[in-house]
Amino acid sequence: MPRPLGLRCRECGAEYELRATHVCEICFGPLDVAYDYDAIRRVITRARVEAGPPSMWRWRDLLPIEEDAQVVTLGEGMTPLIKAERLGAELGLSNLWIKNDTMNPTNSFKDRVVSVAVSWARAHGYETMACASTGNLANSVAAYAAHAGLDSYVFMPDDIETSKVVATSVFEPHVVAVHGNYDEVNRLCSQLADDLPWAFCNINVRPFYAEGSKTLTFETAEQLGWRLPDEIVIPVGSGCQFVRHRRAAGELLDLGLVEGRLPRFTGAQALGCAPVYQAWRRGDDRVPPVRPDTIARSIAIGNPSDGIYVMRIAQETGGVLEAVTEEEIVDAIRLLARTEGIFAETAAGVTIGVLVKLARAGRWRGDETIVAYVTGHGLKTAEVVGRPVRARAEIDPTLRSFREGVLSQP
Amino acid sequence: MSQFRIPGPLRSLSGGASTVDVDAPDLLSAIDQLDSKHPGFRGRLLDDSNSLRQFVNIFLNDEDVRLGEGLNSKLGAEDEIAIVPAVAGGR
Repeated sequence: MPRPLGLRCRECGAEYELRATHVCEICFGPLDVAYDYDAIRRVITRARVEAGPPSMWRWRDLLPIEEDAQVVTLGEGMTPLIKAERLGAELGLSNLWIKNDTMNPTNSFKDRVVSVAVSWARAHGYETMACASTGNLANSVAAYAAHAGLDSYVFMPDDIETSKVVATSVFEPHVVAVHGNYDEVNRLCSQLADDLPWAFCNINVRPFYAEGSKTLTFETAEQLGWRLPDEIVIPVGSGCQFVRHRRAAGELLDLGLVEGRLPRFTGAQALGCAPVYQAWRRGDDRVPPVRPDTIARSIAIGNPSDGIYVMRIAQETGGVLEAVTEEEIVDAIRLLARTEGIFAETAAGVTIGVLVKLARAGRWRGDETIVAYVTGHGLKTAEVVGRPVRARAEIDPTLRSFREGVLSQP
Repeated sequence: MSQFRIPGPLRSLSGGASTVDVDAPDLLSAIDQLDSKHPGFRGRLLDDSNSLRQFVNIFLNDEDVRLGEGLNSKLGAEDEIAIVPAVAGGR
């Protein structure tokens, strides 16, 4: 199996050895894992991937975990890619697909990145995992740390959704509720990571962690019969996964695993926290921070680290940035549930909401292959959907009551 | 007297110190003073047009200076100036 070579600054190209660091010491730019693509090209084939495990680890050649390391896995990845016939019919899209990443072990795409981060950290002697989180990441870190037998500290804003706190606490991590929003939690953790011997998933081991996101796009291509879609709609919080999907598509093309061209990459934000969308509309080449105020808590990041890269990639590939209101988010959650039987959380409501908005604005002819990434389960944010649209029937246990109370109702 | 908090990646410039004290009326002159104590900081924090570099965040008493007065922010006694790399996060 090819080995990762080292870390390289995305801005100035400075190179570093493989260790827990995420920032270039010269220009403060982000560090990415560098691979020996010639060595990978010599071994990787469609058949080799298909013969791999039924999880994202079938893509191990393109993940930064050395051959002698044991991966920490709960079976993440290889989530269903669903042809969305009924939602597509409502939107005039005949080739619409949902990548249902709610089907991961802790019900969000975070399991992909955390599986890589915990595998790397354990293999390099770390005994404690940590993260700054809006809930989903904490949920996943706590679960994978438990599975790996590592200690964990998860830092979250103190007003995070109850269901995310419950689903995290059950794994018995140290839960730290911080009086502040995600950006403040993140800054605190960034400072802590300088002085504690902990592996903070989204800070000092971020270059490794982030690579796990790529598998979502790798799988999508494999599940489409080894081709890339025409366009992918992706929720944008920090922008971290957006950047990785572009990298993944590039790797598939460069390694000859698929033919054709890059998909258009389109980013979805909630208007209540849309720094990248706003910068895109203004034509800025920077992304000034905003104060988040949205129900889409899992992507409520006012100071997105990869914001400028999201704009560059959308520009490069012909994608766009779009944003939706709180009401449109909830409507989209309901629409996806009603038409496709998939219950998604608010971040996915943003994705589907943007899909709906762009479709109705006439962005597509209708026959393009479009994939929407649905990244978290609806039970994580169940409170936002409010009262059911259809009131429940209450009856006595008699046939007559059933006829009057159920069959005679509209 | 105000105090800079130096992030790990820049401690090679400060001789390993995690904090550096300065006495300056505003943020820009505080950065100049930091640079005169430990040469190299100015170039890492500011670009040629004297703006904060893209990947550098500075928090003055926990407030992002970009959301306030930026480099013109006035400093009081006991203020804490935290330099934090922008690259982090991901929910």
